[in-house]
Amino acid sequence: MTDLALTNFLIRTGDDCLIVGHRLSEWCGHAPILEEDVALANIALDCIGTANALYTRACDLGGGRRTPDELAFLRSVTEFRNALIVELPRGDFARTIVRQYLFAEYELLLFEALSSCPDPEVAGIAGRTINERKYHVRHCREWVARLGLGTEESRSRAQAAVDELWPYTAELFQKDKLLEELVASGVLPGLDGTSAEWTDVVSRSLSDASLVVPADVFQHVGGREGRHTEHLGHLLDEMQIVARSHPDGKW
Amino acid sequence: MKTPDTPLWEVFLQNKQGAPHEHAGSVHASDAEMALQNARDVFTRRGHPVSIWVVPAIQVHASNPDDAHSLFDPADDKLYRHPSFYSVPRGVRDV
Amino acid sequence: MHDDVANESRFQERIDSGEKIEPRDWMPERFRHQLIRMISQHAHSEIVGMLPEGNWITRAPSLRRKMALLAKVQDEAGHGLYLYSAAETLGVSREDLIDQLLDGSAKYSSIFNYPTLTWADVGVIGWLVDGAAIVNQTMLAKSSYGPYARANLRICKEENFHKKQGFEIVATLAAGTTEQRSMVQDAVDRWWWPSLMMFGPHDNDSPNTAELMRWGVKRRSNDDLRQHFVNITIPQAKAVGITIPDPELRYNEESGDWEFGAIDWDEFYRVIKGNGPCNAERMKARRSAHDDGRWVREAAAAYASRDTVAAEE
Repeated sequence: MTDLALTNFLIRTGDDCLIVGHRLSEWCGHAPILEEDVALANIALDCIGTANALYTRACDLGGGRRTPDELAFLRSVTEFRNALIVELPRGDFARTIVRQYLFAEYELLLFEALSSCPDPEVAGIAGRTINERKYHVRHCREWVARLGLGTEESRSRAQAAVDELWPYTAELFQKDKLLEELVASGVLPGLDGTSAEWTDVVSRSLSDASLVVPADVFQHVGGREGRHTEHLGHLLDEMQIVARSHPDGKW
Repeated sequence: MKTPDTPLWEVFLQNKQGAPHEHAGSVHASDAEMALQNARDVFTRRGHPVSIWVVPAIQVHASNPDDAHSLFDPADDKLYRHPSFYSVPRGVRDV
Repeated sequence: MHDDVANESRFQERIDSGEKIEPRDWMPERFRHQLIRMISQHAHSEIVGMLPEGNWITRAPSLRRKMALLAKVQDEAGHGLYLYSAAETLGVSREDLIDQLLDGSAKYSSIFNYPTLTWADVGVIGWLVDGAAIVNQTMLAKSSYGPYARANLRICKEENFHKKQGFEIVATLAAGTTEQRSMVQDAVDRWWWPSLMMFGPHDNDSPNTAELMRWGVKRRSNDDLRQHFVNITIPQAKAVGITIPDPELRYNEESGDWEFGAIDWDEFYRVIKGNGPCNAERMKARRSAHDDGRWVREAAAAYASRDTVAAEE
């Protein structure tokens, strides 16, 4: 039972990583500065690499009935369990950077918690991932500051990004049966404090960048139950087209 | 419209603990923190250096190639700076 | 005037004795001009070259392929960056060079004006296009201009995996389903001739070659490099059962060369002049990246000057 719960948790955490990595990879060749093409690709590679590692562990725990590639390329939109925030379109550079910043701060807390997971494989993945996410946080936070404090245009674009994305942030900390079960069985440490810690850290960075954190806005959820925005379907159509067109193909 | 120039930075990598920092190349960046991050992203995708320096390219002052003879030739004939210049009685070791 | 003649003969002597020319060394104006042209074209090719393969990053059929392709296209950005830096040592700014690309006055390799139609194109580009580029860059790593030689050396080291990942895709598809096999053969049919054109016109029709060779910027002629590429590629094609779309291809026992049919130079010049299948799209993509990114660059610059102002206060 616990194995099943952990498997599902790894898959949905992997889904977050894969989808956000996919969105970042859309920038490759189109970034505002050549150096940033390289930087965004690095972050994308880290995220897709984490997805692969988490899927691989999930598949092992699940007795090898599925492969990581099947999870990525052969599940339908309602089977994906990623949070909604990662599937939203990449938008402009401000939207991409603000999302990645908000998400990386969440991931940092999550993987720090997972580094003490009793499953040594998961703890190992988490340990490696923490260093990557620290860099994601640093890179994106520096950009948030430059956009927030740069020009009038960059500030207004960054503020628009915060306003659009904030209503999708609570889902990252949403409690559900799966989490409760994993915490109750000691597989995951309690994540009770993380939401407040995240809000605290993120609010400070945003206000340092002269950006305003929206107060009391409606929060969208649904991704963890497979109830997605329309954007995910289009993303998957594109991502899975080659794999699905050749069901017997090896790549 | 003319694109404004982004400053150029020279990048130096220390490839292992105790080794000197060596010139790796250059990056463009608006400020030092971004230069450091760009250098990290561009020059450390493979391998595992221990430290990076970035220096504004305009702060690098280079010698003029025409001066090479006057700057460096004088060292050629100072044989007394090399141990082989000195002789030691036969049989004496570890001097 | 007398000085120039003396300088020029001293310059040629240095090149003939295998010395590297460094940025602050005396060099003929034409040498500087030709190098800027050549290095910036090379840099532009890396950047525009991100687009055809980048087109498949979001559709790569497995996680392994997705990561490898993304890492590969990312490398192209890095390589463009090394090359722009090499050009900048000659006294031009990257921004000026990019403006020349965007206003159409600078060229880039025509190969990137062909479309990538199927996943197999990703494999075939890695195998043939990167394969051809490596042949060229291996020569350029011995170029007489120090910064350009060093940039190419670094590029060659990193590109080793590019060709290999491409050939792995080709080999996998060639051993795959009927559909996959025909997909990869079709891609080779489309990319083979443009790949041969990458080495440029025949030596007789290449106005710059003699001069660039005399200066040691290039060490081998276009035809020589092209023949070398064909010689190493044919056995690879045979190993995986790919047919090269050239009925005149035959092995010459005496010379040890694979002799090949006539290249369609009309097509070559047509694409160079801007009438390839994707010239307009490629430039449009680069221009929008540039225009859409302007506010970001302005923000970074404004932030930096804010820092300076604060520090001076």
